[in-house]
Amino acid sequence: MTVTSLDQSLLYPSPLKEFWQAFSHNKGAVCGLGFMLLMVFCALFAPWVAPHHPSEQYRDFLLTPPVWLEGGQWRFLLGTDELGRDLLSRLIHGARLSLLIGLASVVLSLIPGILLGLVAGFFPRLLGPGIMRLMDIMLALPSLLLAVAIVAILGPGLINTIFAIAIVSLPSYVRLTRAAVMGELNRDYVTAAQLAGASLPRLMFFTVLPNCMAPLIVQATLSFSSAILDAAALGFLGLGVQPPTPEWGTMLASARDYIERAWWVVSLPGLAILLSVLAINLMGDGLRDALDPKLKNAI
Amino acid sequence: MLSFIARRLGLLIPTFFGVTLLTFALIRLIPGDPVEVMMGERRVDPEMHAQAMERLGLNKPLYAQYFDYIGQLASGNLGESLRSRESVWKEFLTLFPATVELALAALLFAGTLGVIAGVIAALKRGSLFDHGVMGISLTGYSMPIFWWGLLLIMFFSVGLGWTPVSGRIDLLYDIPPVTGFMLIDTLLSEEQGAFVDALHHLILPAIVLGTIPLAVIARMTRSAMLEVLREDYIRTARAKGLSPTRVVFVHGLRNALIPVLTVFGLQVGALLAGAVLTETIFSWPGIGKWLIEAIGARDYPVVQNGILLIACLVILVNFTVDILYGLANPRIRHQK
Repeated sequence: MTVTSLDQSLLYPSPLKEFWQAFSHNKGAVCGLGFMLLMVFCALFAPWVAPHHPSEQYRDFLLTPPVWLEGGQWRFLLGTDELGRDLLSRLIHGARLSLLIGLASVVLSLIPGILLGLVAGFFPRLLGPGIMRLMDIMLALPSLLLAVAIVAILGPGLINTIFAIAIVSLPSYVRLTRAAVMGELNRDYVTAAQLAGASLPRLMFFTVLPNCMAPLIVQATLSFSSAILDAAALGFLGLGVQPPTPEWGTMLASARDYIERAWWVVSLPGLAILLSVLAINLMGDGLRDALDPKLKNAI
Repeated sequence: MLSFIARRLGLLIPTFFGVTLLTFALIRLIPGDPVEVMMGERRVDPEMHAQAMERLGLNKPLYAQYFDYIGQLASGNLGESLRSRESVWKEFLTLFPATVELALAALLFAGTLGVIAGVIAALKRGSLFDHGVMGISLTGYSMPIFWWGLLLIMFFSVGLGWTPVSGRIDLLYDIPPVTGFMLIDTLLSEEQGAFVDALHHLILPAIVLGTIPLAVIARMTRSAMLEVLREDYIRTARAKGLSPTRVVFVHGLRNALIPVLTVFGLQVGALLAGAVLTETIFSWPGIGKWLIEAIGARDYPVVQNGILLIACLVILVNFTVDILYGLANPRIRHQK
């Protein structure tokens, strides 16, 4: 007997499709994803999307209001800042920096975080306590303060901001990985792999780690959004990326003096921060519901 | 219970030493020559340079420097500010009440509003109000509070002229510091209108600092309340014919508040970090602004020991929350 046609609807859905079904169930998450895609597009093609160069100064158009206000110009859709630079172009280039800082700091803390967490989980007597104590110490300081302290040592700037934020978000990855590893190590499939003679690295990275990824992915999204927030906060305090680089927080800091005259230079960079952080958090909620239903009630 | 406290205390000590290592490293990791950095000039006279190295103990081996540092801390010497020549501990003590006042006001705002909104959202699950509360709280959670502060200043202070832009009290008033808490000191001073003025100064910063805790508390109260309302004892209470208000507030909320209280404790660290931003925006003379100004002025003793003091504060608060939680919940107490 030959099977001529398979009923597609009776097949088990592919993991990707299943994930998308769960994810798209959450409307907010889809909106967040949409906004993120827009932001990634702007960031990748910033020089072509932005109408002007971000640091070109139009000296005749200082603090021009946005186009829908009286005195607005079509050349400067969202107005200009105190040096006559086009705000929209600066915001678009700022998206580049925020995404870069977010991505770089997540990668820089995820990799060592997973490694340390795996080691702490696999050697709970020998290395675990030491590593976890170190993480507790790092958690004793509020993350922004620790970042401020690190930047105070290293000096302000883009690279140091990334390092500071990466170091600050390390403990949560280590803790999560370790907890997940400890949970998995008691499972039968791990024992089976051990009996089959799997080497330690194989056991760590190919047997156990893939099963611990769900909470880590969710945490990575959440720390992506807090990286953007912390980077902007550092920029605002004058400890992050330095002017004239169009970083959103730095832009806010220099806009402070014009709070009485030009609301747009204050409102728009902050709105960009809020919307991107909100979009990522919405996405994180959707990811959590789709990947790890256990975490549904956690914050 | 005692062994539980002892176990937690045992964990506290290595953490404390770890933090001292961190703050010790802080000043040694500064790129460049520490004396030149601290004096703010290059090519310091070699003799003065050697004297400064001697005075700061920087010419000894690292481990000896660390023991010196611990010794100093143990004798209560936190060094003196390079700018004001005041002792760091004294400066901290004068500024700390301002931060505490701000943080307490923020917690009061966040706690009251958050618990009320969370309870109503849980009772009316799925309603427009519920969605509204959840949406606003997610927005609040994502809020860059330094921007939020600027927006509120723009609207209420610059636009409407309702609240002052910065500081703790108008310069017109001369309030002798008794407790350090402006609201109490103004009441004690009997100056007309000073209390109301201090309150006006406090409102916006407290709202800004309370925004993120408010979002967290509202979400937490809602989910804790939803969980509790499903419990059998709630059904029993309803079946007994108790009034709905009594069921919700006495049987429901009291149990739902336990996790919320922990969140309160965990927010203290976040509050201190938020205070750095809030105090900078509103020129609030607390420890957050002090620390940022010290970093800007390269006042390293203040940076180093200010961070140490804040870390110790957070450690102590978390310890207290742990103990209180252990008191409230025996399951935690007996966990290994």
